[in-house]
Amino acid sequence: MVTIIEAGNLHSAARGPVPDRAGEETVTSQPALKLGMKGVSKDFVTARGTTRALSDINLDIYEQEFVSLIGRSGCGKTTALRIMAGLIRPTSGEVRIGGKSLWLGSSIDSSVISQLGIVFQDANLFPWYNVIDNVSLPLRLRGVSKAARHARARELMGLVGLEGFEKSHPRELSGGMRQRAAIARALSYDPELLLMDEPFGALDALTRERMNLELQRIATSIGATVVFVTHDITEAVFLGSRVVHLTPRPGRIQEITTVDIPRPRSIEAQSGQRFVEIVGNLRVALDKEE
Amino acid sequence: MREDKLAKVLKWGATPAILIIFFVAWELGVKLFHVNELILPAPTQIFAKLFTMLGTGSIWLDAQTTTIEAVVGFLIGLVAGVITGVVLGKSPLLELSMRPLIVASQVVPKVALIPLFVIWFGFGISSKIIIAALMAFFPIMLNVLLGVRSVDPGHRDVMRSLNATRWQTFRHLELKSILPYVFAGMEVGIVFSVIGAIVGEYLGGSSGLGFQLVNTLNQLDAPGLFAVILLLAALGLILYSLVTSAKKISIPWHESTNMTK
Repeated sequence: MVTIIEAGNLHSAARGPVPDRAGEETVTSQPALKLGMKGVSKDFVTARGTTRALSDINLDIYEQEFVSLIGRSGCGKTTALRIMAGLIRPTSGEVRIGGKSLWLGSSIDSSVISQLGIVFQDANLFPWYNVIDNVSLPLRLRGVSKAARHARARELMGLVGLEGFEKSHPRELSGGMRQRAAIARALSYDPELLLMDEPFGALDALTRERMNLELQRIATSIGATVVFVTHDITEAVFLGSRVVHLTPRPGRIQEITTVDIPRPRSIEAQSGQRFVEIVGNLRVALDKEE
Repeated sequence: MREDKLAKVLKWGATPAILIIFFVAWELGVKLFHVNELILPAPTQIFAKLFTMLGTGSIWLDAQTTTIEAVVGFLIGLVAGVITGVVLGKSPLLELSMRPLIVASQVVPKVALIPLFVIWFGFGISSKIIIAALMAFFPIMLNVLLGVRSVDPGHRDVMRSLNATRWQTFRHLELKSILPYVFAGMEVGIVFSVIGAIVGEYLGGSSGLGFQLVNTLNQLDAPGLFAVILLLAALGLILYSLVTSAKKISIPWHESTNMTK
């Protein structure tokens, strides 16, 4: 009897520090604002006229948050992410990252953009470089020596579970492995904000679930702030500390849901009552559209 | 593994076998039906002629002349084609205004221009080099133009998100993306420049394999004619395989270099 109780105590003691430390942080310091969007709108001008893709987006994202951006296809979630990434210029409104404006007039502030790591729907690895050279390409562009950038790339490839594939070429990797490499590439220069545009959209359900767990592990281990675009409600809730629901034509923020389930979450958390409830509410909200 | 083996067997076994069967059938056909030597000489006759030709030495000079014309012309066409292709590919407005000219120059059979070049640049080696260059220029330029336009937009996004400079984008992305197109153009271009050199020699020249072709014809030396054709085939094959080997070394990552798949 005694030993069983002790074992139980040990178990809870081992698990204890994680929520404790998280609790400490929220008490001692107000999390810093990482990304701010103020009144951001975007019009696309086509031959048939002007289409408003995004309308008056106001969103604040704080340090170490994992924000999922969800909505039906065509709701402007990718546009929103590309605006955060500085790949598209908003028609009006302001994007601030780490307290600095992303755009200086019509040109982008390169000191701000260099704090961002972006993972696209396609891995977009360069087929002419092997995996380690792909992962370390951002460092190469920054003038880091070969030895240093390869050391960093090896470390990251270990983090994303790609050790042993340094010399492989992208076409020799599976879709999931390519996406891992793309994540490692985006992490190589320690970005303060990771922007991900449906990174696992092209993967099968099982691989996707595993990648979600991996991403959660990586994000918590490096304390990254992440914006994650997806059209999958379960994925959005599983990963997100908050879920931003966008509605289409024009894209605007319908609702922001706080997912009050402690992170990191296990796969089993998906069958928890609270999880099911949040997913259900979001599904109803998404179904109401049109 | 088995597919690899099969490919190897086909490459090193089947092709020579087919060639041997072809020549044996030819030889037998000529002997059995008593075909006039002037119309179709027997392979044994042709090879005998070929070996005497190779023994005399002067044919080597002819081969050398044709090779120089084709290769130098090809290299000029390559440099000009890549530069023009990149410039036109990078500036759509310029390409748009040049398009009628490009189309017109494509439609004109370039072989028809060769007499003109002989008049302008003489009967020497330079007119053939210019012809060979022109023949190689168009396929290379058009392929490079296509290549510049075909850079993956997703790859461009990566370079933009990494805050890459124009030079870095060129060096790590555009240059590498264009290379397969350059080689595709080169594969066509090298064949075309050999054609250009030979036709140039037909029309006005005093040396080269093309000249020897006309020479053997004038002498009604059919085995000699076939022997020169074989030499031309060998020259074309060597130059073409040089280009494909260069491609395999330069872009091993590209799908087109993996022939068995």
